[in-house]
Amino acid sequence: MGKLIIGDCLVIGIWLLEFDNDMAPIVELIEVNKSYQKGGQIIPVLVNINLEIPEGEFFALMGPSGSGKSTLLNLIAALDHADSGTIRVGGVDITTLSESELAEWRAGSVGFIFQFYNLIPVLTAFENVELPLLLTGLSRRERRDHAEMALRIVNLEERMDHYPAQLSGGEQQRVAIARAIVTDPVILVADEPTGDLDKVAAREILELMDRLNRESHKTIIMVTHDPRAAEKARVIRRLEKGFLNDVHSQDPH
Amino acid sequence: MFILKILIRNGFRHKLRTLLTILGITVAILAFGLLRTFINAWYSGVEASSASRLVTRNSISLIFTLPFSYKEKIRQIDGVRIVSWGNWFGGIYIDEKNFFANFAVDANSYLELYPEYILSREETRAFLRDRKAFVAGRKLAKRFGWKTGDTVTLRGTIFPGNWEFVMRGIYRGRDETIDETQFFFHWDYLNESLKKTAPSRADQVGWYMIGITRPDRATEVALAIDQTFKNSFAETLTETEKAFQLSFISMSETIIKAIELVSFVVIIIIIAVVANTMSMTYRERIGEYAIFKTLGYRGWHIAGMILGESMFITMIGCLSGMILTFPVAKIAAGILSNYFPIFKVEKEILYMDIAASLVVSILAAIVPTLRARNIRIADGLRRIG
Repeated sequence: MGKLIIGDCLVIGIWLLEFDNDMAPIVELIEVNKSYQKGGQIIPVLVNINLEIPEGEFFALMGPSGSGKSTLLNLIAALDHADSGTIRVGGVDITTLSESELAEWRAGSVGFIFQFYNLIPVLTAFENVELPLLLTGLSRRERRDHAEMALRIVNLEERMDHYPAQLSGGEQQRVAIARAIVTDPVILVADEPTGDLDKVAAREILELMDRLNRESHKTIIMVTHDPRAAEKARVIRRLEKGFLNDVHSQDPH
Repeated sequence: MFILKILIRNGFRHKLRTLLTILGITVAILAFGLLRTFINAWYSGVEASSASRLVTRNSISLIFTLPFSYKEKIRQIDGVRIVSWGNWFGGIYIDEKNFFANFAVDANSYLELYPEYILSREETRAFLRDRKAFVAGRKLAKRFGWKTGDTVTLRGTIFPGNWEFVMRGIYRGRDETIDETQFFFHWDYLNESLKKTAPSRADQVGWYMIGITRPDRATEVALAIDQTFKNSFAETLTETEKAFQLSFISMSETIIKAIELVSFVVIIIIIAVVANTMSMTYRERIGEYAIFKTLGYRGWHIAGMILGESMFITMIGCLSGMILTFPVAKIAAGILSNYFPIFKVEKEILYMDIAASLVVSILAAIVPTLRARNIRIADGLRRIG
């Protein structure tokens, strides 16, 4: 998968869009529970979560602070472990994988977009995007081609030699998106991707994510507080005190 | 290459902190190198000693002399190739602060027994021909600006009076471990003068230096010599030249041990300094390590980054310390030349510097490395923002 270049993915994405969207879910959660221990007390965060997200979906997860949104996202992206239940992503039951296998799986299957961009400050935009590719076994030239292509997609090719501190918040988030898509992952997970941006930059980021979903058929799972951000999603689910509410489908704006 | 780039950039992220840490390591390595050189200097006489030479002295103490008549008896012992002898003269040149070792020796046998003191043929001939002649080491001659033909007067402390000598040669050491700060003159000159001024002290020898036929016979020959003079009025103690030198060092063993201990304490202190730097680095970068893990990097990648950074910083400090050791040791050698004629930074000290730095870098990085390796991604990401 890592060997596909992003241009190819766009073509495949468009081809896939011609098919009916009713296919096997790319993300499937069955009876997932998660709790934390605090001061000797067990606090349930997620209770019996059942969720299916089809491939190519733009899925938004909303809810008040402390409702367990980020925890659910972390479980889907294998950044945290569930207490019980099954989580399948791209057909792989990630609850059965070892730490080492999970690391390998994350490297090839998940792209991450965080609220605070989480770029490595000592690396340039290009080097940040190249970072996940170092684990793929690609040659230096191939890595360069992929990273440049990803930066071109987010329209930051001109600023590839800039360090994060030399970029605006919106630009940093675009670099983070380029880093997220450079390995052509199965899913993109975004935790409050516009939470630290002004309106204009937030709109640009959401449009970029929307474009990736529509044109490249990328499955995006986004946690957000922001109703304007959620408007871009086709499916919105709300999480309240660890319980997942009913499906709300919409036409994205 | 990429990892090296990250290590270098991370290493200088907090320039002041990194530079201060490097400075600390530099000073520690410099101190460690100098202290080890100091210890080596103490043992330099031992290093230069030959396995085929024995030293015979009075068994009570080196202060007590031996009769000159022992010479012939020693010469007849099986395994003895050559016998030389000498006395510590203890003369002072102008002022007491101008201390240097000066000996009365039997020139012919001494030069044969100690080929490591190199004189030209002309100088040797001139030295042997003139009863009042002396030869000095290159460093000693340079120190006082003596030239061949100069007259030098020493004030005797053990043998009172002003003693005049004429310089007939400047010897060089065969290699760098040979002391070039000594002063030798004819034992006959001393002995004949004593016959006139203090006859009871004449025909007495401070120690015999004995060349043996084979080094493996050293113990046997030493035993035979001591056996020969058993129950005489001046019993002997014969030992290898190395053991003889070590017996001098053993007098100051406590000081040497203390210096040795201090050299290791310096390393322990620097471990604490680097460990502190690495712990601060770890705490600041927990979030970043979590990001690396998010991207698929494993625990050992993170461990490698921390350990690599620790090694990078420590090795820069080590290199600077090693480079600085040479000029500082040279200055120290000049200052301490009266007491330590050989004060040289040996290759083995540089190896010890590198080994100590590696140990420092590893020990300092152990705790942060283990913590970072085991950090849970979700916990690490919570630290950001």
